[in-house]
Amino acid sequence: MDFIGAYSVGNLSYLLKGFLITLEVAVISIILSFVIGSLLGTLRYAKIPVSSKIVAVIVETIRNSPLLLIIFFSYFGLREVGLKLEIMPAAIMALTIFESAMISEIVRSGLNSIEKGQIEAARSSGLTYIQTMWHIILPQALKRMIPPLVSQFISLLKDTSLAVVIALPEMLHNAQGIYNGNVTYVIPIFILVALIYFIVNYCLSLVARALEKRLDTNQKDGKNGNRRIRAASLSG
Amino acid sequence: MLNFSILTKYFDLYFQGFLTTIEVSIIGLICSFILGVIVAVMRIAPLRILNWIGTCFVEFIRNIPLILIVFFFYYGLSNYINLSGFAAGTIGLTIYTAAFIAEAVRAGIQSVDKGQMEAARSSGLTYIQAMKHIVLPQAIKIVIPPIGNQFINLVKNSSILGLVAGMELMYFADYVHEKTWISFDTYIFAALFYLVLTIPLSFFVNRSEKRLARSY
Amino acid sequence: MKKWLFFGVIFTLIAALMAGCGKSSSGSESDGTLGKIKDRGKFVVGVKYDTYLFGYKDPQSGKVEGFDVDIAKALAKKILGDEKKIELVEITSKTRIPMLKNGDIDAIIATMTITEERKQEVDFSDVYFDAGQSLLVKKGSAIKSVDDLKKGTKVLAVKGATSGANVKKAAPETELLEFENYAEAFTALKSGKGDALTTDNSILYGMAAQDSDYEVVGGTFTEEPYGIAMTKGDKEFVDYVNKFLKELKDSGEYDKMKAKWIKE
Repeated sequence: MDFIGAYSVGNLSYLLKGFLITLEVAVISIILSFVIGSLLGTLRYAKIPVSSKIVAVIVETIRNSPLLLIIFFSYFGLREVGLKLEIMPAAIMALTIFESAMISEIVRSGLNSIEKGQIEAARSSGLTYIQTMWHIILPQALKRMIPPLVSQFISLLKDTSLAVVIALPEMLHNAQGIYNGNVTYVIPIFILVALIYFIVNYCLSLVARALEKRLDTNQKDGKNGNRRIRAASLSG
Repeated sequence: MLNFSILTKYFDLYFQGFLTTIEVSIIGLICSFILGVIVAVMRIAPLRILNWIGTCFVEFIRNIPLILIVFFFYYGLSNYINLSGFAAGTIGLTIYTAAFIAEAVRAGIQSVDKGQMEAARSSGLTYIQAMKHIVLPQAIKIVIPPIGNQFINLVKNSSILGLVAGMELMYFADYVHEKTWISFDTYIFAALFYLVLTIPLSFFVNRSEKRLARSY
Repeated sequence: MKKWLFFGVIFTLIAALMAGCGKSSSGSESDGTLGKIKDRGKFVVGVKYDTYLFGYKDPQSGKVEGFDVDIAKALAKKILGDEKKIELVEITSKTRIPMLKNGDIDAIIATMTITEERKQEVDFSDVYFDAGQSLLVKKGSAIKSVDDLKKGTKVLAVKGATSGANVKKAAPETELLEFENYAEAFTALKSGKGDALTTDNSILYGMAAQDSDYEVVGGTFTEEPYGIAMTKGDKEFVDYVNKFLKELKDSGEYDKMKAKWIKE
């Protein structure tokens, strides 16, 4: 183990460059998958005859497949049917597909945790369906969804490291480049990469916990619902 | 349309990988459950140092990528103990999944009313007895759905063994890909094998979630 | 009715988003590669980043260097008159053919063996380097040549390369372990995950040069002629590249380049 050699300025800046790519890919994928996941989740929640069923099948298929496979599929498979993506877009595509499916489940259970009686009450008081969703259901559900959503984002950040398999120049890829030259760098570089991931993700999870605490005190009645969403979303 | 000749021609390879994936999943499932419960109990045990160790383990492992843990056991430890891809992958998966299971179990235990523990203790049971006979049985029911989800993740995450020559489904899918260069079909077929395992699990988890929701 | 409208809008949004993030990046196919390069004013070429002596990115300096890279620069100079008008793109054995077919890169100059199978996918230039598959082992290893690969011997290789299949042909009893790229395969050898690493001798010499505990043994057991790979069916560009290679050899510059990197 050669910590001093491994942590040279050149190596560190190379690793940092990889970290920035990791962040870039993760942030773009988080935004995209949040939007798409929310839409899919709402769609499935609404129980529209055919489309909800179709969405359910798609979401369940994706949720139950390994991300690694989806990455290979996005990069190698899709180009055979005409969708040719470069490395970074392919990585973002794969992460977005996978995480959208995960997030749609969080959104759906969040919505489901709101009592149906509220919809009926709102509708009978004269609100339209859209108004009911927008003003009554979504604000409540969103509050309950925040903690599992944040932990899903943490997963996404970690999962970005899998894109190393299609040579996305993210942090782990650059780490490989460094320890390839010298085997005594392997452990020091792993420790450093792990620490960087840990610090970023731990801060995120602290934010999630603070939010969770605040919400728990805000609405005592939401406890049961919260637990159910968390159960659906504990992700790895 | 999918080219099923790939599946028939390379079925042996897929199936061999599929069996290894099942093997990894079962070993990982048992070991991570045991380790997870131990860590969870450590986290709530009435002993500071144990709490602290448990918390550090869970927080650290949950916040770093699985691939890093597996690579650490595969490449990092090779000077001290030389693990095969299968072993390093399975150990990495077990540790990673255990951290999530520990978190789920802890939440489950803490959701059991504190008064029950106190009542059990005052009726003469030791801490461990009270845990074993009163608290854990109730907690397990609550934590079945989240743990089920972790097992689904475990099966999916076992694909990481493909990166350390672990000879499971992902590795052989890559192997077939390299032989045929037909990516779309090759990976779709691999996905089907994973879905055979994960969809029934997912169905079971959904059902137990609903049952739990009804029981409130 | 309103409910339907609501979800109609949502559905359209999803479709739009999907289409947005899946924007295809294929180049114009009517124009030849040569025209495309000149229009762009830049030669985009796929090289390895993890193959010492041929295409290697030094983490310290951030520079990508090697014999393949020098060939690429000379080609850029020939086409555009300036060796700086070049963009190096990292490829691996697994990703290079899809990337070329995709139009992400104009050519592959990356220790790529000319094979009949690959000719179905891409066009090759004339041979620019003669390599042969060999074995890299830790100094003092009992393995001296491919004949020593027996049942139970673990041989490491890289996914997507020809070397795995070749070694299986030469020594069917060995156990083959394949990795994503050369960095991982070499790290695996150094971590004792296998008894030998097999690939082209040219690449192995680079690894031996990086770490003096390892040596190349047993000579070569296959012929691996390297060619520059180009999009299939672009005869104009293939002829151009062949002419360039011939000029490079005739002028003596090729030998200088080779001597700079390869010292056997």
